[in-house]
Amino acid sequence: MKITRAEVEHVSRLARLALSEAELDSLTDEMDAILDYVEQLKTLDTEGIVPTAHAVPMENAFRPDEIRPGFTPEQALSNAPDRADSAFRVPRIIE
Amino acid sequence: MTIYDLTLAELRARLDNRELSAVEVTNAYLSRIAATNPAVNAFITVCSDTAIAEAQAADQALAIGEVTPLTGLPIAVKDIFNTAGLRTTCASRILGNYISPYDATVISRIKEQKAVIIGKLNMDEFAMGSSNENSAFGAVHNPWNLKHVPGGSSGGSAACVAARQAVAALGTDTGGSIRQPASHCSVVGMKPTYGRVSRYGVVAYASSLDQVGPITRNVRDCALLLQAIAGHDPADSTSVNTPVPDYQAGLTGDLKGLRIGLPQEYFIEGLDNDVRKAVEQATATYRDLGAEVVEVSLPHTAYAVACYYLIATAEASSNLARYDGVRYGLRADNAENLIDMYMQSRAAGFGAEVKRRIMLGTYALSSGYYDAYYLKAQKVRTLIRQDFLDAFEKVDTLLTPVAPTPAFALGEKLNDPLQMYLSDIYTIPANLAGTCAISLPCGFSANNLPIGLQLIGKPFDEMTLLRTAHAFEQATEWHKRKPDF
Repeated sequence: MKITRAEVEHVSRLARLALSEAELDSLTDEMDAILDYVEQLKTLDTEGIVPTAHAVPMENAFRPDEIRPGFTPEQALSNAPDRADSAFRVPRIIE
Repeated sequence: MTIYDLTLAELRARLDNRELSAVEVTNAYLSRIAATNPAVNAFITVCSDTAIAEAQAADQALAIGEVTPLTGLPIAVKDIFNTAGLRTTCASRILGNYISPYDATVISRIKEQKAVIIGKLNMDEFAMGSSNENSAFGAVHNPWNLKHVPGGSSGGSAACVAARQAVAALGTDTGGSIRQPASHCSVVGMKPTYGRVSRYGVVAYASSLDQVGPITRNVRDCALLLQAIAGHDPADSTSVNTPVPDYQAGLTGDLKGLRIGLPQEYFIEGLDNDVRKAVEQATATYRDLGAEVVEVSLPHTAYAVACYYLIATAEASSNLARYDGVRYGLRADNAENLIDMYMQSRAAGFGAEVKRRIMLGTYALSSGYYDAYYLKAQKVRTLIRQDFLDAFEKVDTLLTPVAPTPAFALGEKLNDPLQMYLSDIYTIPANLAGTCAISLPCGFSANNLPIGLQLIGKPFDEMTLLRTAHAFEQATEWHKRKPDF
């Protein structure tokens, strides 16, 4: 086994993703099969190979630090599930 | 000929000489969508009211001679592009009620040209899938055979163009999501070079691989639409500031001196016999047209799918962290506290494939596994990219199949994620290498399902791809076939 059910449960907490018992079972099997498949990468010697994060060679893209129009508070809040005045309201964080 | 059978270039001519008005064209398409969409399910949102208003504005512009290449042409866009005032769902429950407050740059560009946005298209949720079955709005059906998938993730985009529900469409391609459905639906689809088209306002899946591109009925239309969307955008720092050539001017039909490479690693076991025959026939056509065809090697091809499913899922797990039920999107209302609200909202909002990829990506990035999975995959990506750069020292373009098989049946691969992933084996490498590629019709299987031909070009040389694809189209009739629908 490449991954255990307990590890899948741990990853679900890292991903902030609640999973049902049935999902934990099926994901353990599916992730195990996928991780077994990607194992083939280990057969390649990549000693000294520079990792590619970006396929097109680029320098940093700088721009002038200028004030430009952005969203109004109403626009920014237009899809808010819950709001209070000009703020997003969330469940209580501090008891 | 009915209005909806005309190509983009043909409609342009009829709008310019006032034989047709933009409102007439838009109404013809809205009727066509109403008649065909219950069977195809390519649209998530049909923009009936706004489309007519946009068509009226286009007619006013045409009346005073303010004509751009796209004025008055009804274009549909994948529901991954932010469109101000319209719903943008990404085919997910989590964005089911999301109304974009702004336009993606590609949307602004086609709006500036007074194109008519006729609707938002179905897709695999968050562009994750190869069959368009992973949609909260139901699967898309292939217009060539309604029991088969249209491909994915831009399945709605390809099916809509094949079913004549829009004259052209925009899609996105992260691992083949434009080319594979284009192949399965017998339309033309291009993934431009990474950085050629702005990604600003496009809902992110895997940011180092995502690219926007056109899906059209022929290569000339592809060149026209690419022209409208290509170019540097200050709002996307990964878009590249390099000149955009006149693509239509490049469609000369002349292939003298062109060197085409056949990567031997692409013609292997698992390649369907009908697909192999069609691609071999296309190769012969290219020889007849005067191109020189040689064998080349892309030695790390076999590792591309594994490499992709680590890099793409890692980037996805990071990108999709933003769906937390705080600022927009679905929020679960039964949460006990803030963390529980995140966990329940995401559980209720995401579908099975999205959860699978978030989990895989989170695992690949997690402490203790980063080097073994994510960093290793990035190093293998370097090798895959180098394969292409080496091959392009010898040839101008590569010729390959798009998908190992014609469109599979709905449901066939739904319960086997790995088999589904392997259907992208020929398209993924171009995304990893960051280069451009196009899919165009090159035949049909024994049971009348479309087969596509892929041409992969040098970075930023979309022009050679279009010229090479156009010459094939001039010599063949495949692109003229339409589904009996």
